[in-house]
Amino acid sequence: MQYLLMIYQNEVEYAKNDAATTQKMLAEYQTFTQGIIQNGNFKAGDRLQPTTTATTVRVRDGKTLTTDGPFAETREQLGGYYLIEAKDLNAAIEIAARIPSARIGSIEVRPIWVYDK
Amino acid sequence: MTPSEIDKIFRDEAGRALATLIRLVGDFDLAEDALQDAFAVALERWPACEVPDNPRAWLVNVARNKVIDRIRRQAVFRSKQQALVHELELNAQAPDEPPATLDDDMLRLIFTCCHPAFAAEVQVALTLRTVCGLSTAQVARAFLVSEEAMAQRLVRAKQKIRLAGIPYEVPERAGLAQRLDGVLAVVYLVFTEGYVATSGTDLMRPDLAVEAIRLGRLLDRLMPDRAGIKGLLALMLLHDARRAGRQTPGGDIVLLEEQDHSLWDRAQIEDGLRLVEDALCLPGRPQPYAVQAAIAALHARATSFAETDWPQIAGLYGVLLRISPSPVVELNHAAAVSMVDGPSRALALVDAITARGGLDGYELMPAVRADLLRRLGRKKEAREAYRAATEATQLEPLRRLYARRVREMD
Repeated sequence: MQYLLMIYQNEVEYAKNDAATTQKMLAEYQTFTQGIIQNGNFKAGDRLQPTTTATTVRVRDGKTLTTDGPFAETREQLGGYYLIEAKDLNAAIEIAARIPSARIGSIEVRPIWVYDK
Repeated sequence: MTPSEIDKIFRDEAGRALATLIRLVGDFDLAEDALQDAFAVALERWPACEVPDNPRAWLVNVARNKVIDRIRRQAVFRSKQQALVHELELNAQAPDEPPATLDDDMLRLIFTCCHPAFAAEVQVALTLRTVCGLSTAQVARAFLVSEEAMAQRLVRAKQKIRLAGIPYEVPERAGLAQRLDGVLAVVYLVFTEGYVATSGTDLMRPDLAVEAIRLGRLLDRLMPDRAGIKGLLALMLLHDARRAGRQTPGGDIVLLEEQDHSLWDRAQIEDGLRLVEDALCLPGRPQPYAVQAAIAALHARATSFAETDWPQIAGLYGVLLRISPSPVVELNHAAAVSMVDGPSRALALVDAITARGGLDGYELMPAVRADLLRRLGRKKEAREAYRAATEATQLEPLRRLYARRVREMD
């Protein structure tokens, strides 16, 4: 069996952390990730860019509607995910709009965080 | 060259120079900072010597070199940035050589700022700041929010462009029609802010109106087969042509019925009239902007207020109500009906809109109602409505106009 662990946290509160606290947290994450890689639990994982970079896509009557910001609707629940490679946001929105559930639900498109070496 | 002449060059060239720089550099903030640096260099050098033949090309080149310097100075020299520096150096041109694809750059910038992944008001704010070159404080004023809040919003938007990968391009043909509507709405909002400011001491912000018209011309040149573009451009030209007649030298509003038609810009009106006809001749369903422009054309053609063709104007508002219904259009329709069938029928229409709650908080509503009541001779109610209008507006010249009406109703 595979599980998707969705990490929810208050990003406004998190942004208030000082550099030392953030550094400590990142180190803890690194240790955790290394740990689950070593014991074979790890399949895939990424950090997302903040919700301010999110775009939510819906298709209604064949028209693609986009909204600025993350998906926020408590009556619908996360039912799955795709990790995709796309040229830019337009290409990503185009793919998101082809997901069948876009016609009844919403797809949040959020860029993956790219770590600078 | 005097500082004010240099200032004018900066105002004229800032938008297009920035659009090109963003394409070259790929980063809004880096491009903006570099252009500021280039302006500083120009301010230092131009008063003493000749201004270059092509100041925009000069500014772009100086700014480009500033970007290269800045990246080189950074302690960590990343390989991606190395490639960027290399490309920037390859693209270098002689300082006075006119840069190619400048108009495309401007269009790219407009479509990026008006991307549907942004909320509508973020699209307008980004366009005003980036395409029209308004300061953050000016944009904040236009939206009636604090400068700090607006700065936050703009930072987030620019961050989203970079992090979410919003492409710096004009969309493909297929996506163009959908995206164009948003772009036209933003251009029109920039214009209306220039035509009647939201707040402040001045009725108009001519620089914004001129900028919106320039954007309209640019869009029309690049996509000459779009009735929506031609209609919007015509609408803006016809409205703006009356600029000189719309206020007294003291800054008081002169209403349409009192305007001196000889002050209107005839050449601009001719230009607008030609565009309306072109827009209405293009195939497809009539576009809302083209119909609004046709209404403005009837006003512009009238040799005096008394000779305005009100039945046709009311009819065109009827068309507009069918193709693009909104409470504001209903209100305008009612105002036109008042000129054909008299104020009492129009007042019934206005009260019906109010009853539905369609225009709660729309600041021009009490003023329209007040005018109808005044014309019906219902002075006491008119006075109350003008008083409400005075309180609803944040624009000084409008406040003075309504206050004058309140006094007249005594």
